[in-house]
Amino acid sequence: MNTEPFNDRNVNELSAYYYVDIENYPVTAWDKFKQVVKRSLKGELFVGLWVVLREMIKFDIHTVQYPKEKLPIGPRYRAVHKLLRLWESGFERCIGCGLCEKICISDCIRMDTRIDENSRKEVTEYSINLGRCIFCGYCAEVCPELAIVHGGRYENASEQRAHFVIKDDMLTPLDFLTAGQQEEYPGFGAITPHEDERVTKTPLAY
Amino acid sequence: MDGAFIIETIVKIVVILLVFSALSGFGTYVERKVLAFMQRRLGPMHVGPYGLLQVAADGIKLFTKEDIIPQNVVKPIFKIAPVITAATAFMAAAAIPFWPQFTAFGYTVHPIVSDINVGILYVMAMMAIGLYGPLLGGMASANKWSLLSAARSAAVFISYEVITGLALLAPLMMVGSLSLIDINNYQIGGISHWIAVSQPVAFILFWIAAFAETGRTPFHLVANDHEIIDGFGTEYSGMRWGLFFIGEYANMFFISFVMAIVFLGGYGDGTIAGALGLLLKVSFFFFFFLWTRAAWPDVRPDQLMRLCWKVLMPIAVVNVVITGVVMMLTRGNG
Ligand code: SF4
Ligand code: SF4
Repeated sequence: MNTEPFNDRNVNELSAYYYVDIENYPVTAWDKFKQVVKRSLKGELFVGLWVVLREMIKFDIHTVQYPKEKLPIGPRYRAVHKLLRLWESGFERCIGCGLCEKICISDCIRMDTRIDENSRKEVTEYSINLGRCIFCGYCAEVCPELAIVHGGRYENASEQRAHFVIKDDMLTPLDFLTAGQQEEYPGFGAITPHEDERVTKTPLAY
Repeated sequence: MDGAFIIETIVKIVVILLVFSALSGFGTYVERKVLAFMQRRLGPMHVGPYGLLQVAADGIKLFTKEDIIPQNVVKPIFKIAPVITAATAFMAAAAIPFWPQFTAFGYTVHPIVSDINVGILYVMAMMAIGLYGPLLGGMASANKWSLLSAARSAAVFISYEVITGLALLAPLMMVGSLSLIDINNYQIGGISHWIAVSQPVAFILFWIAAFAETGRTPFHLVANDHEIIDGFGTEYSGMRWGLFFIGEYANMFFISFVMAIVFLGGYGDGTIAGALGLLLKVSFFFFFFLWTRAAWPDVRPDQLMRLCWKVLMPIAVVNVVITGVVMMLTRGNG
């Protein structure tokens, strides 16, 4: 639906808003009587009856039978986090920089890193306490590698909170990646389309 | 009074009790579906095909739920109140002919428990006694909402008894009998003989009052959810609440039967077509109860009272007077 007309809150002939036509209250007894007659004979009750009956006959049902059907959610929806992998190598994208841990305003990200045998920083532990997370999206936005992102999994009822938040749960499984099923995240903190064209060189001299 | 008569009566009572308990359960299903369709929803869908077994699920829930009796209630009255509602609703059914008499296996069945000669009076009286359910239940509940609801139910029911009585008076003057079977037979000659045709004002008045008597939506003040929670039912749980519920829905069915028989010709000449016609009329009235619930807002209690005493009652009285004058003029001294 085009919401443009509704953004203009000023009532004018172009906007979708208009003043409701409210008549003045009747003063004289005759005016009052006329109003009563008008309202009684207009049959507004029957208009109401007709409207609901029409909807029943049209049978234009809008129910979404939730567990069976689901409405699509927007790409920017911020649900349970995911840790992504690099497409080519399958390595974890996370470089262990710790920015997400630092920025998290609920202080609910906890990670542990070590230097592995290739002198590469490896993330050994990564967990998000979803009981505290407010799904603000700062972690996804601050992550330089698009490693921690928000997924679309909003059904987070479980026996234990921990079921969502251990690194193994969040990380894309390798077979998933090789099957090409890791979805790039278009939402919060992701690179906007045509980003390359918008990049301008920083001038060397001011 | 022979044995066969007693057995027959008991069988009839049991059948009516079972059929209408089941029907009021089914009525809730129909109500949910109709309201849902009118609001572009699907209604219950998960229990059984198209949610048909929802009624059974509700029944199990009501029966197995803990029966809570709060601390400060007046216990005996609190316990008996739902029974009054359900019992009076079903007692009213005793004088209603649900089907023309028919012969099965060489045995003539009168599908009416008792054709008493004051049938309609008895039905209205029983429905009036039904007032004690909400009234006592609400007053015994030690709950402000319930108390408000009890006060409202007393005011509304007693006021609208006046309307139903006066509205019925005019047709009864024409028929000259209080038996529902006589009233039905009076209208045998087809649509032009229906009392709704000769007494449209009485019909509309009775119809309006029926909404108040059953506490349905335009006059749903007795248990108006957004003002007084569930009114007299607030403190009830489990099957005690269920009895209120059954009573309400049984009442809707019975008053639909009364309207169909008194004003719309009932089952007519007693053929199968006439009997099916009666069921159709009853279904329409029942549907209309649901229909208005989807379409119309509730009125305020003061508006309801004003409507009763300042608008409907004068109209009803004038209607009775006019009927009397016309009868006097047309029939001479008859
Ligand atoms: S969404 Fe916000 S609160 Fe949740 S882990 Fe990320 S930064 Fe912390
Ligand atoms: S901000 Fe990104 S790369 Fe840095 S530690 Fe967090 S998830 Fe890893």
